[in-house]
Amino acid sequence: MPPVELLLMLLLLATVIVVARLKDLFAAAMLTGIASLLAAGLFVLMDAVDVAFTEAAVGAGVSTVLFLGALSLTSRREKQQERTRILRILPIVIVVATGAALIYGTWDMPAYGDPDAVIHHHLAPDLIAETEEKIHIPNIVTAILASFRGYDTLGEVVVIFTAGVGVALLLGGLGLRRRDAGTEEES
Amino acid sequence: MRPPSRVREMPILRVIARALVPVILLFGLYVQFHGDFGPGGGFQAGVIFAAGLIIFALTFGVEALRQVVSVVLTERLMAAGVLLYGAVGVLAMFLGGEFLNYSALDPLTTGHHGQHLGIIAIELGVGIAVAATIMRVYYAFVGRRLDGDGEATEPALGAEPGEGTP
Repeated sequence: MPPVELLLMLLLLATVIVVARLKDLFAAAMLTGIASLLAAGLFVLMDAVDVAFTEAAVGAGVSTVLFLGALSLTSRREKQQERTRILRILPIVIVVATGAALIYGTWDMPAYGDPDAVIHHHLAPDLIAETEEKIHIPNIVTAILASFRGYDTLGEVVVIFTAGVGVALLLGGLGLRRRDAGTEEES
Repeated sequence: MRPPSRVREMPILRVIARALVPVILLFGLYVQFHGDFGPGGGFQAGVIFAAGLIIFALTFGVEALRQVVSVVLTERLMAAGVLLYGAVGVLAMFLGGEFLNYSALDPLTTGHHGQHLGIIAIELGVGIAVAATIMRVYYAFVGRRLDGDGEATEPALGAEPGEGTP
């Protein structure tokens, strides 16, 4: 593994271990944002800039703000609680088992960047050859998301809209809304 | 947590936010309209734009932001973004193509401009819907109070101190 990737990976590992062990929820929320930023750096190194963009903006930016917003409604420190021995050991067993299963799964995957991998020989060559000719824009990712798969993307936007409506209905913020509606009527 | 009123008295935060927010919003627009050529697109642009406005709210207070973007406006824009996307698809049908076949938007040429127009329009719809949704979720978190069961209200992040039920 190249040194920059290795460094980012080690920092990511250290960050998530600290997040799991911290009792200070404010520091944990900030470190979660840093973990997202490190992940975004890794995505850039893998040439997945669109994904890195999203990870940095959503993971490191917006979700950290929402964590802090939720924190302002509760206390800053995690409550001390008595846990039985099985409850202390069970989470780490589940995490290690899941991690081991995932690593076992990667053994069947082609090597990273392998040009002979199946995924690079199915649709990718056609899309790379024909995007310029059919859609006339240089960004193949945008062409696939917006045009070739436009119907899927419409569905995704509806999902985001539905999520927003769900949060608005569940969490409300109705006080703000009513006052806005009131000032609108007055003006 | 430190009371938000103290945060807004910090001159360094205020000065940096004042300088950064316009740049972030401009960058959001760049990502929005440059998505056909570089990385990015409607989703990333919407998130960046909303993040810029949220930084504004964190430093200058939610009230200041609500004078620019009201809660009702975010809800209308959420729907408007989705409808803009769908309308492009329906328009393509009226012009003789299939649903979301942007080539039909430009019947005069072989469809080059139609594809371009369609992608810009639907990306704009995505951007508007995403930015408005994130703003709405932020308002939902900030507008939430503990006053439902008579407990003392604590001002939420970025909210005005002393702000309670109307």
